[in-house]
Amino acid sequence: MKKCSKCAKSATLHITEIRKGVVQEVHLCESCAQQYLSATTPSEDEDIELEEEAGNEAERELSDIDQLVCPSCGISFREFRSQGRLGCPHDYIAFEKELLPLLENIHGATQHTGKFPKRAPDASQRQYQLIKLRSELKQAIEEEAYEQASRLRDQIQQIEKAGGE
Amino acid sequence: MDLESLTHTSGEWLRGTGPDSDIVISSRIRLARNLAEFPFPNRADDSVRSDVESLLRGKFDGLHLAKPLDYVNVGSLAQLDRQFLVERQLISREHADSHGSRGVGISREENVSLMINEEDHLRIQVLRSGFALDECWREIDRIDDAIESQVTYAFSEQLGYLTACPTNAGTGIRVSVMVHLPALVITKEIQKVFQALQKISLAVRGLYGEGSQAMGDFYQISNQVTLGQSEQQIITRLQEVVPNIIGYERRVRNTLVKNNRASLHDQISRAYGILKNAMTITSQETMQLLSSVRMGINLGLIDDLEIPTVNELFIHTQPAHLQKIRHEHLESAQRNTARASYLRQRLTHRENERN
Repeated sequence: MKKCSKCAKSATLHITEIRKGVVQEVHLCESCAQQYLSATTPSEDEDIELEEEAGNEAERELSDIDQLVCPSCGISFREFRSQGRLGCPHDYIAFEKELLPLLENIHGATQHTGKFPKRAPDASQRQYQLIKLRSELKQAIEEEAYEQASRLRDQIQQIEKAGGE
Repeated sequence: MDLESLTHTSGEWLRGTGPDSDIVISSRIRLARNLAEFPFPNRADDSVRSDVESLLRGKFDGLHLAKPLDYVNVGSLAQLDRQFLVERQLISREHADSHGSRGVGISREENVSLMINEEDHLRIQVLRSGFALDECWREIDRIDDAIESQVTYAFSEQLGYLTACPTNAGTGIRVSVMVHLPALVITKEIQKVFQALQKISLAVRGLYGEGSQAMGDFYQISNQVTLGQSEQQIITRLQEVVPNIIGYERRVRNTLVKNNRASLHDQISRAYGILKNAMTITSQETMQLLSSVRMGINLGLIDDLEIPTVNELFIHTQPAHLQKIRHEHLESAQRNTARASYLRQRLTHRENERN
């Protein structure tokens, strides 16, 4: 499946633009497509030129980000953008600033609340357990499952006590 | 592992048992995992890829499974054999088409497969017949723990398990349920299902996953979000949503039978008749007709054929399976003839057995 040409999501819309006889194909995900379509409603040539200028500026910014390179595996952000695959686990640190909004966009969250490797240090295990239980607590309250919520609250307090927080 | 022997059998996940197996073919969970100290497979050169392969493969013995996994060196397989494993859902298309050192560990029952050097270093997959996600999770969680106790996974406290594609980061989990929805397709109600699922961020894919067409009215429903929710939350979500779809399909089937019994019975019997008698038939037509027949059995309109046989025929009539069964390379037109002959033999042989 083709990747969106503006972010790393899968492209669901495939737009063929014909401008002044020049045919151009654009592949976009749903959210980028909405932006794209609302941004490009060309009526007169003047409008198009203005938009092209604005586009160039955005492109220049993007090209700065594209130059970023992971010191560990050597992949550039540009390569990641075109392939949709990262080069190594360290990329998540090297490109953190760029990846966090992307992850937020894809998952609607930027904090893991699932399984945790058992070999991780005790302190971070505890920290982690707390993050997970708090997220469950939030959900229980939203679903008005108060019995479960109170049980979760007790569990959270116990862990906090044990950790001397 | 002797791939030839597999042509006479089928995976346990096709046996057509388990909860709601009239509509749910199988449940599947996969986990994406990477080793902390290596670049991801797409960025790894040959020597790194083969290091990763031998390192991970060496850990498979420590899994304490009932029977040890059979290991298949996918990198050295012929194209036909790779396609064969894809058709059985033991490896992904991406894994088949990739390059360099890679392999897969497969359990005898074909319920467990561990792919090395797919998009991620390790992809663990557990399959079950019917709607059985809890069982899948218990098994895969145990396997994951057993591997994790021997290696260091790439993991961050904030972003969870780190994967080659950010769409899998966090839990690295894909929970999917393969459902057979012929009645919703006939009545075009399926569009409503797609829209409803899209709104709650669940994906719908065809029989062979991403980008594959919906063949034989099979759909895989799976989570898209992998970060910010726990594995259990994601599984529970599917466990809440899928029964609604099962109920919807059953209601529409009942309405079809009530209002159009004669024409439905006719359509299903014709489908069965073609499958039993055709002299040449494409894969696509086979899938479509088998889908009708499968629904006919579930509705009691066909009584001399069993679901596991039909489930198996969906797989065994695919191109690579046919060629493996016939032990020869077949061009498309030859395959259509071979497929028809295989179907005649499998479907009429059963009748003779009974008579």
